[in-house]
Amino acid sequence: MEYKDIELLRFTTAGSVDDGKSTLIGRLLYDSKSIFQDQLDAVEESSKNKGFDYVDLSLLTDGLKSEREQGITIDVAYRYFATPKRKFIVADTPGHIQYTRNMVTGASTANLAIILIDARKGMLEQTHRHSFIASLLRIPHAIVCVNKMDLVDYSEDVFNKIIADFKSFATKLNISDIQFIPISALAGDNVVNTSENMDWYKGSTLMYHLETVHISSDYNHIDCRFPIQSVIRPHTLENQDFRGFAGRIDGGVFKPGDRVKTLPSGFTSTIKTIELNGEQIEEAYAPMSVTMTLEDEIDTSRGDMIVRENNVPEVGQDIEVLVTWMNSNPLLARTKVVIKHTTNECMAMVKELKYKVDINTLHRIENIDKIEMNGIGRISIRTSKPLFYDAYRRNRQTGSIIIIDEQTNETIGAGMII
Amino acid sequence: MSNYVINHLRELESEAIFVIREIAAQFENPVLLFSGGKDSILLTHLVKKAFYPAKIPFPLIHVDTGHNFPETIAFRDALVEELGVQLIVGSVQESIDKGRAKEETGADASRNALQIVSLLDTLEEYKVDAAMGGARRDEEKARAKERFFSHRDEFGQWDPKNQRPELWNLFNGRKNYGEHFRVFPISNWTEMDVWEYIKLENIDLPSLYFSHQRDCVVRDGVILANSEFIKLKPGEEVVNMTIRYRTCGDMPITGAVESEADDLTKIIEEIATTRTTERGGRADDKRAETAMEDRKKQGYF
Repeated sequence: MEYKDIELLRFTTAGSVDDGKSTLIGRLLYDSKSIFQDQLDAVEESSKNKGFDYVDLSLLTDGLKSEREQGITIDVAYRYFATPKRKFIVADTPGHIQYTRNMVTGASTANLAIILIDARKGMLEQTHRHSFIASLLRIPHAIVCVNKMDLVDYSEDVFNKIIADFKSFATKLNISDIQFIPISALAGDNVVNTSENMDWYKGSTLMYHLETVHISSDYNHIDCRFPIQSVIRPHTLENQDFRGFAGRIDGGVFKPGDRVKTLPSGFTSTIKTIELNGEQIEEAYAPMSVTMTLEDEIDTSRGDMIVRENNVPEVGQDIEVLVTWMNSNPLLARTKVVIKHTTNECMAMVKELKYKVDINTLHRIENIDKIEMNGIGRISIRTSKPLFYDAYRRNRQTGSIIIIDEQTNETIGAGMII
Repeated sequence: MSNYVINHLRELESEAIFVIREIAAQFENPVLLFSGGKDSILLTHLVKKAFYPAKIPFPLIHVDTGHNFPETIAFRDALVEELGVQLIVGSVQESIDKGRAKEETGADASRNALQIVSLLDTLEEYKVDAAMGGARRDEEKARAKERFFSHRDEFGQWDPKNQRPELWNLFNGRKNYGEHFRVFPISNWTEMDVWEYIKLENIDLPSLYFSHQRDCVVRDGVILANSEFIKLKPGEEVVNMTIRYRTCGDMPITGAVESEADDLTKIIEEIATTRTTERGGRADDKRAETAMEDRKKQGYF
């Protein structure tokens, strides 16, 4: 038996317990047989001890003591399941506490977002927030699940009204692929199995969509970007002259023989080999980790970038960023911070706060003097050395930064370059 | 439509290698925590791949409880020899002899918690600023919320409520003097991924993982290897059984499963149909609902 040659899909779910999010995840895990008997026994035991009448599947994901005590999810929890077609990583993010910070974290690596709407309640502020963050983080695919259809008599009219409301709101967003699915996570309608209660719905089930959505174009395979993590020099007798550049491809397709340029030096050379563990690689593309050697001896090290001669990223010290603020001390203009971008790290100054976004209405609020925790806004930053970057909408890796407090070393903000 | 797709194992491999290279680049004194279990063996394999043709640029640390399976120690020594890497052994027996740790007593006594003392002492002695381990998020509920780069304060403690957010592939390893990081490159792997990758890459494992005959004691439903570290309770008897291990911790606490699976293909088939988690046989996790979180807060891996 060969190992399963399947793709990996990362998705995020956002919402509170009331949306049926835990029930939905529980069902996906349960129906794909990813919950084990001893886990189920433990959850049943805890549910009974807490005096619940039903098995609370959220206890599977809420692992920390304080979460269990308070009955809430505090942090992003990662869950795993697989079907014969795909492997899934779920970033399960809480809806209430620290929602923006956690949703942005979960969304940053996701291919797909599941947005849950309670059929009885329709669009809520929370739906606006989830959708806006999915759009802001450029998650390529979204599935709007209208849940609890069993509680509205599986009504097609209710479903259509919610779709219409969502579409009118979504005109302000940047999500290219949105699917709508009427489900009942509790009863199982259209989650894994096609519902017998909604013959008016002709689309696919949630699981079918998760298994088949086309994700291979989610990475940028056009603009070649290879940030150098480190230089491999073996210092052994048989490999005295080996000088390999270790890193992960962030964009484009690299092949041996390609003419390349290194930034910031601007020297050009030709790719000699692309390899990993001594095995030669014909074509390297995101998100592969490789070791690259060049024909010429060029002085290049961590933080530098190898690109194609005729397709270079932006190079500059003044960048415009949409920032999500994650610290209890608000962001002020003229603050000195550390930023990390690809394999680069440097000092930077926040020059100007341009506006912040009301994430419920998407209105811009100008003339601001600070951005508070969980706020989102546009700022300009001056870096202490040039960065090699692309707009976030072109490349999620070369277009993103994190902001670090110089004193505490905490990660205090996440930025998407405009 | 493009064909630029890599399968899930290669994507997980790429992610892990990226994280491993970040550790080497961001820290001065990183180490690899080697338990002798399959996850740390797989991690060692990934570390080798990350730096090839150079040798692994940091030492392996093994915290030896003195209760290890002899197979684990033999395997460790052979691997270290083959890779030409430095091995540092932190000894729990030594911690006990020095009075730094106190041995538990009674029939269910375990040295599991004592490892924390020896581990923290060893990390301090070698001024380690990043200790890499093979823990996975799917193993245990407290680990589901663990970061790739997990910050530890100067006392080696984990504060789960105050973790740094981790976005994209930007890992923040900045720290103040005396603090260190635990880093988990295979966070996103499941037990099945680990076995499929071991098969794909043909990675050697200790014989413990494959079906074999062994004298065992069944205690509270858990099959334990009979050894000098186990005191028989009244009514218990030694039985010869056909077993294998899904995880390898200390002899007195690691439960075996009855199994005929004597090669990787059969093991993968067995895991695909099994209905209990691999830590289901670990007595150390059954002590309390948040046993793992409590140990992690104190400095456990």
